[in-house]
Amino acid sequence: MSTEFLSGNEAVAYAAYRAGCRVAAAYPGTPSTEILETVARFKDAIDCEWAVNEKVAMEIVIGASIAGVRALTAMKHVGLNVAMDPLMTYTWIGAHGGLVVVSADDPGMHSSQNEQDNRNLARFARMPLFEPADSQEAYDMTVAAFELSERSQAPVMVRLTTRTSHSAGRVDLGDDFRPLAVAPKPYCKDIRRNIPVPAFGRPMRQRVEERTAALRAEADASPLNRIEDGDRRLGIVTSGVAYTYVKEIFPDVSILKLGFTNPLPKELIRRFAGSVDRLVVVEELDPFLEEQIRAMGLAVVDVQTPLRLFELNPMRLRALRRELLGDAEDPAITPAPAGLPTRPPVLCAGCSHRGAFYILHKLKATVTGDIGCYTLGAFAPLDAMDTTVCMGASIGNAFGMEKAGLGGRIAAVIGDSTFFHSGLTGLLDVVYNRGRITVVVLDNRITAMTGHQGNPGNGVTLMGETSEATDIAALARSLGVRRVCTVGAYDLEELERVLATELDAPEPSVVVVRGPCVIAERRRDLVPYAVDAAACVGCGACRKLGCPAIVRGDPLGADGRRFTSVIDPELCSGCDLCRQVCRFNAIAKRS
Amino acid sequence: MERVFNVSLVGVGGQGILLISDVLAQAAARAGHDVKKSEIHGMAQRGGSVISQVRFGPRVYSPIIADGSSDVLVAFDRLEALRWRHLMAPDGQALINRHDVIPVSVTSGQQAAVEDLDGLVTRLYPEAVMVPATALAQGLGQVRATNMVMAGALSHWTPFPPAVWLEALRARLPAKLVALNERAFAAGREAAAALGVHRATA
Repeated sequence: MSTEFLSGNEAVAYAAYRAGCRVAAAYPGTPSTEILETVARFKDAIDCEWAVNEKVAMEIVIGASIAGVRALTAMKHVGLNVAMDPLMTYTWIGAHGGLVVVSADDPGMHSSQNEQDNRNLARFARMPLFEPADSQEAYDMTVAAFELSERSQAPVMVRLTTRTSHSAGRVDLGDDFRPLAVAPKPYCKDIRRNIPVPAFGRPMRQRVEERTAALRAEADASPLNRIEDGDRRLGIVTSGVAYTYVKEIFPDVSILKLGFTNPLPKELIRRFAGSVDRLVVVEELDPFLEEQIRAMGLAVVDVQTPLRLFELNPMRLRALRRELLGDAEDPAITPAPAGLPTRPPVLCAGCSHRGAFYILHKLKATVTGDIGCYTLGAFAPLDAMDTTVCMGASIGNAFGMEKAGLGGRIAAVIGDSTFFHSGLTGLLDVVYNRGRITVVVLDNRITAMTGHQGNPGNGVTLMGETSEATDIAALARSLGVRRVCTVGAYDLEELERVLATELDAPEPSVVVVRGPCVIAERRRDLVPYAVDAAACVGCGACRKLGCPAIVRGDPLGADGRRFTSVIDPELCSGCDLCRQVCRFNAIAKRS
Repeated sequence: MERVFNVSLVGVGGQGILLISDVLAQAAARAGHDVKKSEIHGMAQRGGSVISQVRFGPRVYSPIIADGSSDVLVAFDRLEALRWRHLMAPDGQALINRHDVIPVSVTSGQQAAVEDLDGLVTRLYPEAVMVPATALAQGLGQVRATNMVMAGALSHWTPFPPAVWLEALRARLPAKLVALNERAFAAGREAAAALGVHRATA
């Protein structure tokens, strides 16, 4: 028996290999990213790629499924919003080769702009839903999901959460860890099956309802759902990682542990409810199970302990136990002292995004932002972003503000990968509809925030090959933007000249700000800078860059309100911006 | 060991906390325990607080340690030790790196530094073992080995022999880094012993 210590994300990738998956595509997004990164370890067996966005990833795996092979896509919860359009129709068409969609939700919003429970989307799309509680189940359920999908023709959702994705545990991979012998199904051209024009789509709709009824019977009998008998005075229905907290805090009660939660196994639930005195539902985020169980006419305890928002944990379940059984005590806890200084994330020392934000702030532009490290440009002292909504929104948001008559200088700031993901269409709209906003593309040629994945701008693929590197300036010109310029990220004078000109231009413009990610490209040749204490007057201009390497030093002068600056040589990457903003020539390379 | 043993590891992005958690989890697995490790990545690389939790025992369910239940709290920074004080069990042990990474919120002048950090740490952690891990790692010529110095100190409290730690370390690290990290581990184990290993279990 071979055993590995795997995160939930890694376990899903191992399962894809085991299940004979042949095609995998995804766009990176926390907490899902490591799934495809791990699939790439099996690239001899699985063709894998970073798609430009989740919708394209979904379309690719649907194409692979129609062609007859097993395929997988993985994305964070908000990524599935982008991919819903193809998915909603493919659940009707029906999978030919098994199709697994992994949704990694982020309860508690550790690294996301919203908190959404994508179990609702599985039900909405009428697809079977599996909810693993740990790495072993992530492995077992993903293998089972491929099998069920191919047998039932329903694409299957495996729903992870940050805790299942990023927690690790031992995974038993069985005696013979190699791909199952799954022959690709022969492709048959069949327009009645694969083209849902209304005449063909209506029968599909009926078949989906019949399929759902059959799947419900299967869920009722599935080994992924089980009753763990205990004290029957209390029965808890639970799913996903919430099960682990229930086992921790309620080891003594009866538990209905659900892993296959859509369609809901109603008969099993009815039987469990009939065997216990009081029924409670413990699930993370929305009352997905609870509302359906109540709709069955079963009595569910109306719990007062707040469990709906953010992540569950053993402390919150202990509060629930106090409410229900009155016998749970918290250990004596010494609280952390109040008012400790925080460690908010900041743009790295030497980050190539800093200069553009510094100048946009100086030019008093209204800035619509986007999703990436550069969202940090919103915070003091850079203070150079007004909005962030979703991937690619900056461009449409800026154009909408212009249409609303906001006036003044309006810029959309977007990273290279986000621009490829969903900025292109927005820019085309601006050109077509005669907008005049400026789109600033912060081009570091990498998908930095999620851990430096390749993208069309660098032409590095997940298969380890090199392809065409897309030229953003040429792309913008081809969309009809006449004012396109490219500026180096570390030349403040040039950035100011170009941005001021373009923001005031009476037509749309694109400014590509080029500079590498300092983490991805660790340059050895850079010399750190230092402040000449004798020349520093304590004006603080360099600290307005918000660089973590520039530290407030000693007070200067009688009023005690000015401070010298000191540069930490360990952090400084020698980007030169602080030298450019110092009007007293007090900053230079260390000698 | 009948019950689940809980270790919380806290510090700042870049201090190698995810690696030491990995080695600890692998060591516990080698010692025959069921293990779960949970960490929050988020924006760790960009100077934020980092926390990782490792639980092991006969059967581990929750990947999260309840507040007030960490048998050992390993802090790589004194400010982070204070921030996560609520994690420690009443009879738990704290191992604190005698080292401060001043947050950008303070260096930039936006927030006040902790007044009397020494006093606050002493008051909230009267029985902590204060390990000069960063200094010891610097002495070995590689500040990045701070995490294995802390691992060496921690090895006095984990219920399996140090040899298991070293096996896991060798399995996890690239061959060229093994010798240095073994020295760091030994230095940490020795330093903690010299500082007094009361209540240690291994």
